[in-house]
This record gives sequence, structure tokens and C-alpha cells, in this order.
Amino acid sequence: MTTADTFSDLDTGKRSKRAGTSRSLASILLNFPYGLALAWLVIATVLLWTLVPGLFTAYDPLQGVPGGQLKAPSAAHLLGTDSLGRDLFSRIVHGAVHSLSGAIAAVGVGLVVGTGLGLFAGSVRGRVDEIIMRFVDVLLSIPTLLLSLSIIILLGFGTINAAIAVGATAIAGFARLMRSEVVRVRNAEFVEAAFGSGGTFGKVLWRHILPNSLTSVVAYTAVQFGWAILQISTLGFLGYGAPPPTPEWGLLIAEGRNYLATAWWLTAAPGLVVVAVVLSANRISQSIGKTNGRSA
Amino acid sequence: MSRYVVGRIGQALLVLWAAFTLSFILLQAMPGDAVLIKFLNPEFGLSADQIREIRAAYAIDSGLLVQYANTFANFLQGDFGYSMQAGVPVSAQLATNLPPTLKLAGLGFLAATILAVFIAFLSTMAPFAWLKNLIQSLPSLFISVPVFWLAIMLIQIFSFRLKLVSVINPGPWESVVLPVATLAVPIAAPLAQILIRNIDEIRTRPFVPVARAKGASEIGILWRHVARNAILPVLTIAGVLFGELLAGAVVTETVFGLNGIGGLTEKAVSNQDLSVLQAVVVISAAAFVTINLAVDLAYPLLDPRLRTRNGATA
Repeated sequence: MTTADTFSDLDTGKRSKRAGTSRSLASILLNFPYGLALAWLVIATVLLWTLVPGLFTAYDPLQGVPGGQLKAPSAAHLLGTDSLGRDLFSRIVHGAVHSLSGAIAAVGVGLVVGTGLGLFAGSVRGRVDEIIMRFVDVLLSIPTLLLSLSIIILLGFGTINAAIAVGATAIAGFARLMRSEVVRVRNAEFVEAAFGSGGTFGKVLWRHILPNSLTSVVAYTAVQFGWAILQISTLGFLGYGAPPPTPEWGLLIAEGRNYLATAWWLTAAPGLVVVAVVLSANRISQSIGKTNGRSA
Repeated sequence: MSRYVVGRIGQALLVLWAAFTLSFILLQAMPGDAVLIKFLNPEFGLSADQIREIRAAYAIDSGLLVQYANTFANFLQGDFGYSMQAGVPVSAQLATNLPPTLKLAGLGFLAATILAVFIAFLSTMAPFAWLKNLIQSLPSLFISVPVFWLAIMLIQIFSFRLKLVSVINPGPWESVVLPVATLAVPIAAPLAQILIRNIDEIRTRPFVPVARAKGASEIGILWRHVARNAILPVLTIAGVLFGELLAGAVVTETVFGLNGIGGLTEKAVSNQDLSVLQAVVVISAAAFVTINLAVDLAYPLLDPRLRTRNGATA
């Protein structure tokens, strides 16, 4: 699923409605999904931050400048400096890799384990299905933050442990979605036909069931990605994630808390970045879900 | 009908028992040891023998199955063990911390409901498409805001900039308003979303044009015909909202330094106080299961359409 897909889909819809060339330019300008484009731009920028942070900032995220503490935002320091004279913008840019990799790992855990469970349950049906889905009910019955905290207390604090803890809370959702998709596709006529023409179970699963359930799983993954960033920053803020010198976003906000009266930018800026990324992930997920609904 | 009720209750009890077992496995398989963390502290100056006695008193070294059976029996009787860190029974801690959280959660939920209804009605009444879109995108904005950051921003804006709410020696009203506002935002978001979706869906039903043709005003239709049908399905997300409230309480109470179940949970994790965390997990799972059970059982009673259908089959 790329940007081109989403836009081309929209383009065809418009051409059928209006024919005139002069009006189509105006209508493209009017109907262009600015919000969606902005969402992709935000995600792309943050991805670039993780890959080439040096391109965006020259300052060291961990080394402060003596005498340059708690400076307000200026041309030299876009978002000001913190209590140790470290450039805040640099810390946010370099922190992207911690927050994003944590979220990707968390969603990865949820995706692999959850879809695995759902796929298995939906495929075998019967008693095993019943047991797996009851287990999923149990996971759902424990509020997500408490489940994360139970796993954190078990594994200890740290970036990877926080990611696993957040991922575990995503398992139930993925399992339910995947199972319902498998059951839905299984009952379709073309799947019956595939079985009838001699397809083995594994082959039908791979050729028909998986590709057909992919779109909704991708849309759900995007939502979960935003959710995971929120959760990881929450755990980081509570002090259960990455240890202090790390510029993780939640931790940045926690550190800025002591300077609320004097240096508002220390808490405001990283929070706005988190909001922007989560909003973008949700917006993109919505657009994937919509194209799916239209084609189906 | 009664068979369905019994089956549904049995299923709820099964899930609850499994949740207890899962929390037991998670929290007893832990490598760290709360007794050691507390009592190995040189300040206590305890000898190895004394530590062994303490361990025996807490029955930590007996077999896992024995511990499991003991803990289960104790939980059934409302005895959640001792908090290692505070040295008092967990049930006593819960009793002192529950009222402030109930107050916070109750007020937060009330504020969230008002906010959500307000957003949903505004979005249906909005005269322009762009305004409607703007209002409808509010819930997704609310969902994307980290609760802890929102709390800090509210303190920043209302306490430090506008100086409306004093942080030092706050009055009874001042100490509550910001935490309640913080908690209301993440709860209002899913509520508003489901309300907007329901209202939009119900407005396309045939009885709406009929009411309009009979001369009902738009507001009258919205209030008397649409809202009544749109509010009921909100019950189905009651369990999810409960989880959100609890998670919100943990973060809100931590940021505002309030005493309550949330603050208790946060301290339990920091101190690896297992019995406290397990009690909170099991009790909240019980609350979640009970809420969902109550919604499932009450739904046919509240929705007359379901009642007649059930009456026909029973």
C-alpha cells in the first residue's frame, strides 16, 4: 500500500464525475486530500529522522553546551535547550529511532503472535478454536495498561521490555480480526471452489485466504502503530522504558516536567511530535480501510 | 432465556478464573523477589536467618501449586495478601485508595459524557460541511493525545500561564478540575465517535422523514427520535471505557500526585510490589467481566425490540 495507490484511486473517481480540463484542475486542487498527504509527509519525515538524524540537526543529542542551559527557542536552537544545555530539537530527532523502533517491535509482536493465533483458530475451528478465543477473551478482560505493567514488572524496565509489554496488549485485537477474516473468506464461494478443484489446505490458505484478509490487517496495523507510540511514550514517561540519557519522547516530556514554569517548550514540543505521528498513523489507517471498503 | 443467563454467567466466571490464573503465572514467575528487595536493604540489618523466617512467614518457598491454591482461596475471601513495601494488608490499601479514584473516575466519566454528547450534537447541527468535518475530526485528535502530556499542558496553561487554577494549596474545587478534564478527553473520544456514527446512521431511517413530515422540528427529531436510538449502542463499549478510565486514572493520579488506585498501581510497579499489582489486575478484570455481563443481560431489558424477539423464542 503506497501513496500512489491511495491517490490514483481518488483520481479515477474524479475523472468519471467531471470531464472539462479547466474545471478538473480546480477540482483536483479542491478535492486533493491535503490531510492524508500531510499525514504521509509526517510519517516520512519521522522515518528520515530515524535513518539519517544528522541530516536534520548538527547538535549532539547527549552532549550539552555549558552555559547554554534552558535557552528559549531561537534561530540557533529551534526548540530551545534543556537543563543540561542539550538542543531539544536534536534530542527529538535522535529520539525518533527509540520511539519508532519500540512501536515497530511492539506491533510486530502483536501482529505475528496475534494473526498467528487468529489464523490457526479460524483454520482448525472446533475445540482448539474455542480454547484460543477464550484465551483472547481473558487477555481482553485485563485493561491494557495493567497488562503492560504486569509484563513490565515481570521482565524489568527497558526499551525492549516496554515494546514487548505493549505488543502483548495488541495480540488479542489482531487475533480476533484475523480469525473473523479467515472465517469470512473461508465461507466465500471461490474458496470452496479452490478446495473443490483439489487445493490442499495450506495452498488455499496461502493463495486465497491470506491475500484477501490482508487489507484490513494492514489498516489495523497502522492504527496499532499509532497506539503503540502512545503506549510506549506513556511507559517511558512513567520511567519504565528507556533509561534516562536516552532521548525517548515520553522520557523527554517527563524530564521537561520539572521546568514547567520556566521552560514550557521542553514539554510542549515532544508532546506535539507524538500527537502529530499518532494522528498521521490513524489518518493513513482510515484511508486504507476506506479503499478496502470501496473495492469490496 | 434463563439457560442463556446461566451460561453467560458461567462463561464470565471462567474468564475471570483464567484472568486470575494468568496474572498469577505472570506475577509469580517473576525473577525479582519483593522480599529480598525490601529486607536485603542494609538499613534493616537483618541476618540471613531472619530473612529465612520472613520468607517462611510469607510462604514464598512452598511449591507453586500450593501457593496458587492458597492465593486463590484467599482471593475468594477478599484477602489479597500483604503489600511488601507498605507492610499493610492490600485490602486495607485498596479500601483507602478506592474512594478518591471512584470520585475522579465518576466525575471524569460525567464530564466525558457531556463533552461527547456536545460534540455529537454539534456535528449533526453544523451548517457547513467543513465545520462538520472539523468537529468530527475532534475525537480522533483526542485519541492521539498522550494523557500524561495533556495533563501537563493543562497545568501549564491553566496554572502557570492563566493562573486560573492554583497548584499550591489548591481549594477542593481546584484540586479536582484539571484531573477530571484530563481524564474526560480520552474517554470522550470513543463515546463521541460511536454517537456520531449512530446518529448519522439513524437519521437515514424512514421514521425520521415521517416525523419531519408530521411537522417535528429538527431539534425535536434529534432529541426525541434519533438520540434515544443512538445512545443505547454506546453501552456495548462500556467495558472498553472502563479500561480507558483505569489507565487514565493511573496516568492522571501519577501526574497530579493524587492518592488512589492509579497512584497505588504506579508505586507497586516501581517497587515490584507483586501482591498489590495482582490485586489491582484481578479486581479490574472482575469489574470488566461484570460490566460486560451486566450489559449483555440488561440490553434486552433496555431495548424493547430485543425483548419482544426474546419473548417469542423463550
